[in-house]
Amino acid sequence: MSEHKSHVTGYRTHLMVLAALLVLTSITVGITRLELGPLNTTAAMLIAGLKAFIVLAWFMHLKFESAFYKIMVTLVFILFLLILLVTFFDYWFRT
Amino acid sequence: MNSNISHAHGHDEHEASKFGMWLFIFTELLLFGGLLIVYAVYRYRNPAAFQLAGEELDVMIGTVNTVILLISSMTMAMSITAIQKNDRRMALIFLGTTIFLAVVFMVNKYFEWGEKISYGFFPDTTSLHELGQGTILFFGLYFVMTGLHALHIIIGVVFIGYILFKVQKSEIHSGNYYLLENGGLYWHLVDLIWIFLFPLFYLIH
Repeated sequence: MSEHKSHVTGYRTHLMVLAALLVLTSITVGITRLELGPLNTTAAMLIAGLKAFIVLAWFMHLKFESAFYKIMVTLVFILFLLILLVTFFDYWFRT
Repeated sequence: MNSNISHAHGHDEHEASKFGMWLFIFTELLLFGGLLIVYAVYRYRNPAAFQLAGEELDVMIGTVNTVILLISSMTMAMSITAIQKNDRRMALIFLGTTIFLAVVFMVNKYFEWGEKISYGFFPDTTSLHELGQGTILFFGLYFVMTGLHALHIIIGVVFIGYILFKVQKSEIHSGNYYLLENGGLYWHLVDLIWIFLFPLFYLIH
């Protein structure tokens, strides 16, 4: 398939992506051992978000896809965050 | 002329199948996203109970399973590289490794769940009812969300097994491997969901 201009990701790149994910995992586990109060959850979720971004970009190949896919995936995550926010507006201001 | 048409058709088919897979992934993200919002609200209303119940979970087994899933995601991605390089043997090895790691994940899950159930942390047991509303909600969500995730792992094992069979028969090769790519997308989705489940259940502090 000559017109199928597929990007070949090398084994080395995959190994480096895995290394980054493992480092981030150990940071998450390490952070929860510290006493940071509610910041613990915030930090864990931020790192999970970063790990998700790495998986989407490299393993799921989004980095090499057209803008169409990138925009759609971004919109789905924004939609989810909006639903979460709207739900909590209800709980925060409920008397 | 004819071959040109079938060629273009093959490309469209590839695009359509990839697009369909992404649409499916969106529905899955919103399915788990919905459960995540339920979790967020209940944890917001029962912070102390969620923290106490969360400490009942084994951080070690959770971490080991996280590492196993991350490695299996890499071997799945590497199987695509192998097919692109026309290396059928390596592709089969990577796919076999992915299935093996998925099975190890499920064995860990079996022991983990077995332990929780033997302690009585199972929905609708008297020992759990005595621990109050927050704990009941935590373990209810724990079993539903990690259970639904485990179901996705089992489906993934069947899916990847089918792909391995197709690679073996050379029906998937360097000129036509979109089924393998879709299997990869599915498997990384399962990994993606676990990336959020792990800190939310095992690492509450």
